[in-house]
Amino acid sequence: MATFPSLHDAVADAVHDGDTVALEGFTHLIPFAAGHEIIRQGRRDLTLVRMTPDLVHDQMIGMGCASKLVFSWGGNPGVGSLRRFRDAVEHDWPGPVELVEHAHAAMASAWEAGAAGLPMAVLRAYTGTSLPDVNPDIATVTCPFTGEELAAVPALRPDVGVVHAQRADRDGNVLVEGIIGIQKEVVLASDRSIVTVEEVVDDLAAPSPNSTVIPGWAIDAVVVAPGGAAPSYTHGYYDRDNAFYQAWDEISSDRDRFLDWMQANVMEAA
Amino acid sequence: MSAQQADGDDTSGGDGLDWTTSEMMTIAASRALDPDDVCFVGIGAPSAACNLARLTRAPDLTLIYESGTLGTRPEVLPLSIGDGELSETAVTTVSVPEMFRYWLQGGHVDVGFLGAAQLDRYGNINTTVIGDWDDPKVRLPGAGGAPEIASQCGKVFVTLAHSTRSMVEQVDFTTSLGFGPTGTERAALGVMTAGPALVVTDLAILEPDPDDHELVVTALHPGVTRDQVAAATGWAVRFADDLATSPPPTAEELQVLRDLHARTEAAHA
Repeated sequence: MATFPSLHDAVADAVHDGDTVALEGFTHLIPFAAGHEIIRQGRRDLTLVRMTPDLVHDQMIGMGCASKLVFSWGGNPGVGSLRRFRDAVEHDWPGPVELVEHAHAAMASAWEAGAAGLPMAVLRAYTGTSLPDVNPDIATVTCPFTGEELAAVPALRPDVGVVHAQRADRDGNVLVEGIIGIQKEVVLASDRSIVTVEEVVDDLAAPSPNSTVIPGWAIDAVVVAPGGAAPSYTHGYYDRDNAFYQAWDEISSDRDRFLDWMQANVMEAA
Repeated sequence: MSAQQADGDDTSGGDGLDWTTSEMMTIAASRALDPDDVCFVGIGAPSAACNLARLTRAPDLTLIYESGTLGTRPEVLPLSIGDGELSETAVTTVSVPEMFRYWLQGGHVDVGFLGAAQLDRYGNINTTVIGDWDDPKVRLPGAGGAPEIASQCGKVFVTLAHSTRSMVEQVDFTTSLGFGPTGTERAALGVMTAGPALVVTDLAILEPDPDDHELVVTALHPGVTRDQVAAATGWAVRFADDLATSPPPTAEELQVLRDLHARTEAAHA
């Protein structure tokens, strides 16, 4: 059964130095508030897992939280590069970050396999590409029934999975609407899960019997974090702050400018 | 008509219409889609072209974005592949594993429309690194959905601005397979889909030679010369014997595209 700790306590309980931590959200429901709390608590040597690392991962990498990144697309959507990510990869600042690089199909399948309790995902992928040359986690298996050679990647089973969602009821049942991405798979695949929500309500008011609801008994911690996905968006609550995504390009372009911004807007903004 | 050099320059049509080379690229790309296609849309230039097609000659075009939105009809261009507009206007929104496993891998998509940082003479795409992967000169965002879009859609269209930096002899890293390093590997590896069928740049249209799969210029955009295209291409590019000229933008195409960009700019401000 889910508990309802504060954001500080949920992160302090679940996230430890050296852990593998997934903050997911497929361009929607990105758990910025939880990422900022991990930065404030000074976690180090994390392996970060994210299909689409964007600004919150740029911030975590730039603040020295990560030693490894498992990902399939790292950029500022519609704007360009992640400058702190690039500085880490190209110049080891503030430290080196090891990359485990995939494509979306494999990572989505690896999340599904993790949720299903399987050791690996099997899919048709990567044929003729250079990615298997640089990622030893991309292997092949032969179908025992047809003889077809298929791609295999290890399931994602992180220590901690963090996602954001619209709302929870008092039992911790969580409603996810709009672009649902891999929110459910992350919760089920992770050893410890944190779901931040806009609000907790008496009646979840799921719009249909087929709405995406993650039962509270499958979640470890539900945390009330209004605005917790901003500057990304929460469908039905607030829009994506596209102007901030554009502004981040300039804020993150310089190491000192970035550190000043993080100090003022994250470190001192508990 | 005046010949133009750079992306974004103004061009004047003989009928008094003016357009930029980047508008010409989007409009030419939009014309490649059939009205009943199911199209997997990459972000950026492909997204503008696909939505222009839907708003002009192909109103029933089915557009799919990798965020899981099937049959979306956005009023403004999304800044990311996961803008709320895409979900709100979609026939349905599915999870990302379902998107890639059932809909793409399951073989339900006719056309994949991709952009590229580098494209080589055999249609292979690089969006990963310039230089070595271990020690990159430029670290690019990476693969996203592109490798499986390129191998599992019925065919692939690519649109990108034409320069010697983007149109290269051989890609530094094969993020997404075209016809392979020598033009033969796609078939040899047993990939059954057609692969790159059309490349639309701001200068020209290229299509693979049916025999050796090398990209050949089959049409020049109005006002563009062979010399311009040759100078902007990183290999000794060939021109088709029956080299055509792309029809210039129509007044309707230009108006719909400019309205779309104006709505998009207002929405993202």
